This record gives sequence, C-alpha cells and structure tokens, in this order.
Amino acid sequence: MKRVVITGAGTINALGGDVPATLEAMREGRCGIGELDIRDVDRLAVRIGGQVREFEAENVFNRQQLTLYDRFTQFTLVAAAEAIAQCGLEFTGELAAKAGVILGTAGGGVSTWDDNYRSVYEDGKNRVHPFVVPKLMNNAAASHVSMQYNLKGPSYTVSTACASSNHAMAQAFQMVRSGMSKAMVTGGSESMLCFGGVKAWEGLRVMSRDACRPFSANRNGMVQGEGAGVFVFEEYEHARARGAEILAEVIGYAMSSDAADIVMPSKQGAARAIAGALDDAQVSRSEVGYINAHGTGTAANDKTECAAVADVFGPYADTLMISSTKSMHGHLIGGTGAVELLACIMALRDGVIAPTIGYQEPDPECALDVVPNEARDADVKVALSNAFAFGGFNAVLALRRV
Amino acid sequence: MEIREKVIEIVAEQAVLEPSDVTMDSTLEELGIDSLGLVESIFAIEEAFDISVPFNANNPTESEFDISTVRTIVAGIEKLVRDQKP
Repeated sequence: MKRVVITGAGTINALGGDVPATLEAMREGRCGIGELDIRDVDRLAVRIGGQVREFEAENVFNRQQLTLYDRFTQFTLVAAAEAIAQCGLEFTGELAAKAGVILGTAGGGVSTWDDNYRSVYEDGKNRVHPFVVPKLMNNAAASHVSMQYNLKGPSYTVSTACASSNHAMAQAFQMVRSGMSKAMVTGGSESMLCFGGVKAWEGLRVMSRDACRPFSANRNGMVQGEGAGVFVFEEYEHARARGAEILAEVIGYAMSSDAADIVMPSKQGAARAIAGALDDAQVSRSEVGYINAHGTGTAANDKTECAAVADVFGPYADTLMISSTKSMHGHLIGGTGAVELLACIMALRDGVIAPTIGYQEPDPECALDVVPNEARDADVKVALSNAFAFGGFNAVLALRRV
Repeated sequence: MEIREKVIEIVAEQAVLEPSDVTMDSTLEELGIDSLGLVESIFAIEEAFDISVPFNANNPTESEFDISTVRTIVAGIEKLVRDQKP
C-alpha cells in the first residue's frame, strides 16, 4: 500500500475566498454566518446562512463559461485553481492519464433548477436556456475540473447528502493508496442558498433562525452554508521526489451505514465509522488529539455524535479535543467535509485547534472538550474528520502530521 | 431592428466577433460556432423574435430550418415570423 499525502488545498466559503483567509478566520473564531442576501428572502422563515460574499463570478469567468457554470461549479473551480496551483503538478502524459477528480455534492446545480422552475412556472415562459441540463447536473463541477486540468483518469461525483465530500475523499484516497493513480483531485462543493434551497430545508424544521451553536445546551438547530473545498491527494514518494510541500498525510478512512432511519442518526453507525477509521489507519485511541466533529447544532446530531465518540474512545475521550467549525462557516451539506478538512490540516500542521464558537451553556450530554469559543494551541499528531449524513451514511477520515 | 442586423448580432456574440466581421455568406463553421454554440444561437433567436424554430440538434442538416449560412438563417426566420404571427 502506498502512503497518501495532501499537497494542495483550496477553498471558498463564508469565512474567506482562499485557504489562508479561511484558516485565519478559524484561528480568530470569526463567524461567517449572517443575514441572507437572496431573492424573495422576505418569504423565508429562515433568513440566515453562511453565504459567500464579495464574490463576483463575472470578474472570474467569461460570459460563455457563466452560461455553463452553476454557482456550485464556480466555487469548485475557484477552489481547484488554488489547490492545483499550490501542489505545483502539471497533469500531462502518464500522470494525467491516471489522475482523476472525485467530488462530493448533495444538490448539484440547485440554483439553476430554482431559476428555471421560476422562469417556467412563475413567469410562464415556455422556453429555457439550452444549457440547463449540463449546468445543473451533479457531475458538472467535476467535469469542468477534469477538462480544465487535463485529468483523464477515473472521475465522478459522489452524492451522499452531508457525507458527500468525505465519501469522495475516501474514494480518492483509496485510489492513490492502492497505486491506481499517483494523484487525485478531490473534495466537494455546495450552493443551496437560494429561495428553493432554503425553503426545502425550512420544511424539516431543524434550522436555527439566529445562530449555529453546536454542543451548547441552548442550541436550536443548523445553519446552511455554501462554498467548496478541493485538495490534491498525492502518493508520498511521488510528492517527496519532486520536493512538494506536504500539508498532512491521509492515513485511513471508514464508511458505514446505519440501515435504520432516513433522518435520525445512529450512535452505533457513527461509532463503527470512527472505530473503523482508527483500525484502517492503524492508530491507537490515545494518539488522536483532535476530531473535527460533524457537529451540526441539532439536538439529534450533537448528542449522538458525542455518545459515539465517548463509546469509541472510552477514557481517551476526555483527553482529545472535538470542535465544530460549522458554527463559523455553516453547514455546507455535500461540501462540508471538504472545508472542514482544512481545520484538521491546521491542527496538524500549525498546531492550532479551531474553536466551536457560539458556545454558551454546557450540555451534560455533550460533555467533551469542544474547544469553546477560542482557538487553542496544541500539539496534535492524529486528527479525524467526521461526517454523518441523512440516510444514515457515515464517513470518517484519519489524518496524521508529516 | 432589422431581422438581419439582429441575427448578425446574435451570431457575432456567439462567435466572440464584431458584427462587422460577420457577412450574409458566413457559415457558422467558418465563424467557429460549435454544436453547443449553435443550440445557444437558436435559443437566442427564439427569444429575440418570439418564434419557435424547428431545429433538431441530433441532425441539424435535416431540420426544416436551414442553417447553412447567415443568409439562409435570416430567410428562415423571416418565414417563421410570417407564419407564426399571432
């Protein structure tokens, strides 16, 4: 088996337009959640979100590109450009023939669906733009990354709701570890902050109207975010031979399915994924210093997740730190694991643990060190990133400092 | 605006050219308009003239609508505008 390292990272999300800005915001415990600035917001009961601001697509892409790029594709391409520039790889020849791109998204081109339904139903138009289908399809973002960077190996899009990015990155990891490819581009994106996207979530009645406060006794639900995270996973010797900067090593993963309920999480399912990732990575419980929690800020998730961590880690649950950065960037749904992997990289490489902000009251059912409100310096060797999706699909990644 | 001027404007925009670079005898191929650009041009024409263009992208040459040159496109639109006048 090959060792797999991360040699490039890119993002755009409510905390910033690139990785340095995002990590700085995480270090400072800054909140990217605010009033939604979208059409028909007055007809929504939920009016907050982790929206990407100060992003003018017209300044980044030309008119022809914009007719084909939904917002989730735009975010992906911005993040991919940063990640691929950082890794310094040029995809040609044999490397390109085997390298692919695997991305996660739950909804794909939600705002393209939304705009065009509005046009035919509300405005009564009988004709839509010819590129509606290639613009909204869930694999559009991955396809454009593949075309732009000449990635000719296995590429596809994974859609497992809130675990999409973690499932996607697990697949990319597996391909590099098994020797199928020297490098893979992976991560995920989401852009559901449009009228229809928020309205659909509103219907579930799990959304907060004021803030995302994971693990805090007075939490009242989740807050949606948007954006993308993209990484380059590369075979260790390949990266070393060319002197690439290594951000962290991916050492294992596990996926599990609850096979129980379409929305309620299961402690056993989550615990099996966490324990599975530790086994796959061959690390002991005492080595794990940080977990980036799924931490949605809903009662169902937070209690179940803390119970699962307590079960798996036993006495070591009290020595590790677990934080939810969703309190700052919101829940990026299918893109969330990708942006949250940045917090794991920051913990391992920079020794800074991103906080869970908005934390006000301890909850006895979430009695772990959730790094409340302020970032902390710590020496962390191994970190995990949790994702537990609707539909009972779980995926946990394990990373190590290099 | 004349149909002809409007068509040239649409085609020029697709081809990323100035309208002055497009003549009545230009073919879409010469102008560098690919299959996606063609479908987008048909859409723009339908929107601009409020007509429905009988065009099947599976087999463009056998459609009733002749797209061989800018001239045939303009003639086709003139006929459709006449026929589809409400």
